[in-house]
Amino acid sequence: MRKVAIIGVSCTKFGELWDISFRQMIVEAGARAIEDAGIDGKQIDAMYVGNMSAGQFISQEHISSLIADHAGLVPIPCTRVEAACASGGLALRQGVIAVASGIHDIVVVGGIEKMTDIMTEQTTEALATAADQEWEAFVGATFPGLYAMMARRHMYEYGTTEEQMAMAAVKNHHNACFNPCAQYQMEITVDDVLKSAPVDSPLKLLDCSPITDGAACLILAPAEKAKQYTDTPILVAGTGQASDTLCLHDRSTLTGLRGTVDASRIAYKMAGVGPRDIGFAEVHDCFTIAEIMAIEDLGFCNKGEGGKATEEGETAIGGRIPINTSGGLKGKGHPVGATGIAQAVELVLQLRGEAGKRQVGGTEIGLCHNVGGSGGTVVVHVLKRGD
Amino acid sequence: MKCGFCNKVFFPPRFSCPVCRRKGTLEPYKLNGRGKIVTFAITHVAPNGFEDQVPYAIAIIELEEGPRLTAQVTDCDPNQVKIGDEVEMIFRRIGQEGSDGPIYYGYKARLISPYTLRANVK
Repeated sequence: MRKVAIIGVSCTKFGELWDISFRQMIVEAGARAIEDAGIDGKQIDAMYVGNMSAGQFISQEHISSLIADHAGLVPIPCTRVEAACASGGLALRQGVIAVASGIHDIVVVGGIEKMTDIMTEQTTEALATAADQEWEAFVGATFPGLYAMMARRHMYEYGTTEEQMAMAAVKNHHNACFNPCAQYQMEITVDDVLKSAPVDSPLKLLDCSPITDGAACLILAPAEKAKQYTDTPILVAGTGQASDTLCLHDRSTLTGLRGTVDASRIAYKMAGVGPRDIGFAEVHDCFTIAEIMAIEDLGFCNKGEGGKATEEGETAIGGRIPINTSGGLKGKGHPVGATGIAQAVELVLQLRGEAGKRQVGGTEIGLCHNVGGSGGTVVVHVLKRGD
Repeated sequence: MKCGFCNKVFFPPRFSCPVCRRKGTLEPYKLNGRGKIVTFAITHVAPNGFEDQVPYAIAIIELEEGPRLTAQVTDCDPNQVKIGDEVEMIFRRIGQEGSDGPIYYGYKARLISPYTLRANVK
């Protein structure tokens, strides 16, 4: 199995993009990534695209064909990958496996979601399809409700506070101010979070990531050929994926995601590293509690101490283990299918030294963590400087 | 359902035992309907069809026989609910398909405690 590198990246602006369509976004993301990689469209062998719900958001399925068509890449193989909010991370993994196996050389991996063409109530309902329809959604459990139940149990078992959870949101909004692609470019305070409208108690509006349109794209190549295209290839040192029960109530734990532990273990082993070697990470903060549980499950701090680590600034830019320098899902936005790809884009920019005011210093290894639903799918990648 | 091979009890019903795969056949098994609240949230922003019920408590309940399930905690002020509270599962209306569609039913949980029983008697 040969090693895989990322030779080009791009990310559209994330936000409520009323005048930009699904087709425009994916073409823009793809074109800029190809330009970043310095390749010609003709060199692309295959595409993998992560998208959760084009069928529900824009009534369009079969987007693999639509994307290949509008990108001008017919007749190359294009595959749409879905795993709820982990669709992007999973698409990246499929692209990595394809290049590693030798079946394809240059592969485009994209992620896209156009969520704002329908009413908010319909968007919420579409997102809730990531939960169990018969035994969770049917009885009145909402997606934020599931994470709120994890938050309440985490608070009960470890003394995590709503203030500590709020600090994750404050940090991510702050980081997003330095990210020109981010949906939100405004600071918030702990007080703003605590006073925001309750959604599913203990989670309030500002504990929750927003509804966003956006697309992101990566170009993969075999590592042995990467230097032909770029002076700064970034190696995909490890990839890991795990499944877990769909229903939250069937999980082995309610205060963390076993999928994160399982997937990261596989990725760490493949990369030959451990949590201590990771310089910074993009984790899946769909809700503030998700970031707190993620840094525990990924091994960046002890179980139960995620709130304290956040409070003490360990996860800030300049802290021991900067988390979500891009602004995370909370500050940057969460166009579901694009998120997993956008996380990897941030890692590449950081590792290349191109992250501007949010640059993390002196690090060669980053990790990205992408979760589907309440934890039924988790995908983790470890990226390393290739030179 | 209960697995005839490893005796593990499952709710909701499953069609294959995840513990021993195909070694055991799953047989119907009646649960006594009592459990404890493991965690809960108070839903303020209703999903479609539940608008007239907010705010309500949604909980993960561990039944006495072992399986866990998710259900609304009904017949109480959601702010009264605590982790560890004992509940019984009851048959209730869940919702309706549209304004003139069929009504569908399911289970909800009700707190069992002398305090709740006294408070409900007006």
